[in-house]
Amino acid sequence: MRAQKSTYFLLLLFVFSACAQDKNPINKNNSYEVVVEDLTNPWGFVFLPDNSMLITEKEGKLIHYKNKIKNEIKNLPEIYVRGQGGLLDINIHPNYKKNGWIYFSYASPKGEEKGGNTAIMRAKIKNNALSEKELLYKATPNTTKGQHFGSRIVFDKEGYLYFSIGERGNRDENPQDLTRDGGKIYRLNDDGSIPNDNPFVDSKGAKKAIWSYGHRNPQGMELHPDTQEIWTHEHGPKGGDEINIIRKGKNYGWPVITYGKNYSGTSITDETKKEGMEEPLHYWDPSIAPSGMSFISSNKYGDWKGSLLVGSLKFSYLDRCDLKDGKVIKEERLLDGIGRVRSIEQGPDGYIYVGVENLGIVKLIRH
Amino acid sequence: MKNLSFSLALIFLVCACNSSDKKTDKNSLAVNYVNQNFSEGKEIYNDFCAQCHMPNGKGMPKVIPPLAKSDFLIKNRLESIKAIKYGLSGEITVNGELYNSVMAAQGLSNKEIADVMNYISNNWGNINTVLATEKEVQNIER
Repeated sequence: MRAQKSTYFLLLLFVFSACAQDKNPINKNNSYEVVVEDLTNPWGFVFLPDNSMLITEKEGKLIHYKNKIKNEIKNLPEIYVRGQGGLLDINIHPNYKKNGWIYFSYASPKGEEKGGNTAIMRAKIKNNALSEKELLYKATPNTTKGQHFGSRIVFDKEGYLYFSIGERGNRDENPQDLTRDGGKIYRLNDDGSIPNDNPFVDSKGAKKAIWSYGHRNPQGMELHPDTQEIWTHEHGPKGGDEINIIRKGKNYGWPVITYGKNYSGTSITDETKKEGMEEPLHYWDPSIAPSGMSFISSNKYGDWKGSLLVGSLKFSYLDRCDLKDGKVIKEERLLDGIGRVRSIEQGPDGYIYVGVENLGIVKLIRH
Repeated sequence: MKNLSFSLALIFLVCACNSSDKKTDKNSLAVNYVNQNFSEGKEIYNDFCAQCHMPNGKGMPKVIPPLAKSDFLIKNRLESIKAIKYGLSGEITVNGELYNSVMAAQGLSNKEIADVMNYISNNWGNINTVLATEKEVQNIER
């Protein structure tokens, strides 16, 4: 009787937890090989021309991984490790071979107020330490809120630098206000100066680095290999995670329009569209908590070529999105149950590498 | 016992005297507890904890242990505060269920840790009248 009862309870639990999951089918014809072991939270990583890697650990460590050895890079700036903040994304200059610039994002306590906000720095590495450090951008004001630092960094083909900063837990003030930081995608020249043709350079009081606004917390950003458009995804509220294509000066609507609800279940707005605001290319309900983004542009995975890959923190899988005419027509779970997927990159060898919390960096293998 | 009643009476008296300028005696545990609405701890909880442990404190089946009516939280005060302060990983059993996840330290101040500890241990049916203090948290080592 007792056993029966607990079986029933387990079944109920299973049904309950199954309901909370999304309906994306599991693809079992894939596996992984661990490439870098023992990482806690590999927020970002990038391959260098010699095939070594630079890896960020959120807790504030920058690791150079070469020939199976981890070397910690010293002389980092002061990092504000709190809540979702810490050492975040990393990338290299398109011309890294010649100039040696690395770019990274982090939560920085620099400034008058208590707390921290997202910063972008570039530097070079000499003798396992950062040198020639240049702070390119620091969002203000600082806040002790733990949420929504954004962080992703990409370069487009013309060499402009784009990065995301989330709304820092202040959705009512930041995302829709061009005079405030947070809830924006930014665009700078590679040296941190503001491009003349940024959309708000002539708007009074606006932060001139802003490229688009009305975002919540974008933690995936990638250049589409064919169209060269900037694709992002962002953490929405409950049931409102989004994929967007980022266009100059556009408003992506947070928190005025969204498919999501507050985490408590209460409503934010009934509106999912409004004139002058962009609707997402795709949204996830239930939220998968997306982090990391990459397109498969190599020939290593057969007909997966052209797919968009998105990490799910919440449900612990790699989401493969089949794209057709710029829309997501099908999704499936790769590496189902692997752990919280934080970062994704296509390596110089054409294989997909995935940073997973409390596991490491793994290589995706299709059977 | 007599002493206690006497000091309680005194505390109430002090409290009453100060009520005009709305000050409460923060050094007194008893008064502090009665008047506590744990709003500071609640704010920290919603900001740093609720996304995983959920607004109702029930966590997520098999992945995130509950705080609501959690035997671990109620019986392991020291370990609980330590977990908030330094993070927690490895297997733990909560209400008979085994969990093996990782909770990262959130970078909270000692005062914030005490506040959130007091909120979670006095919410969702949990009761803990001996409130954690900033000093207690400060003295807890890894």
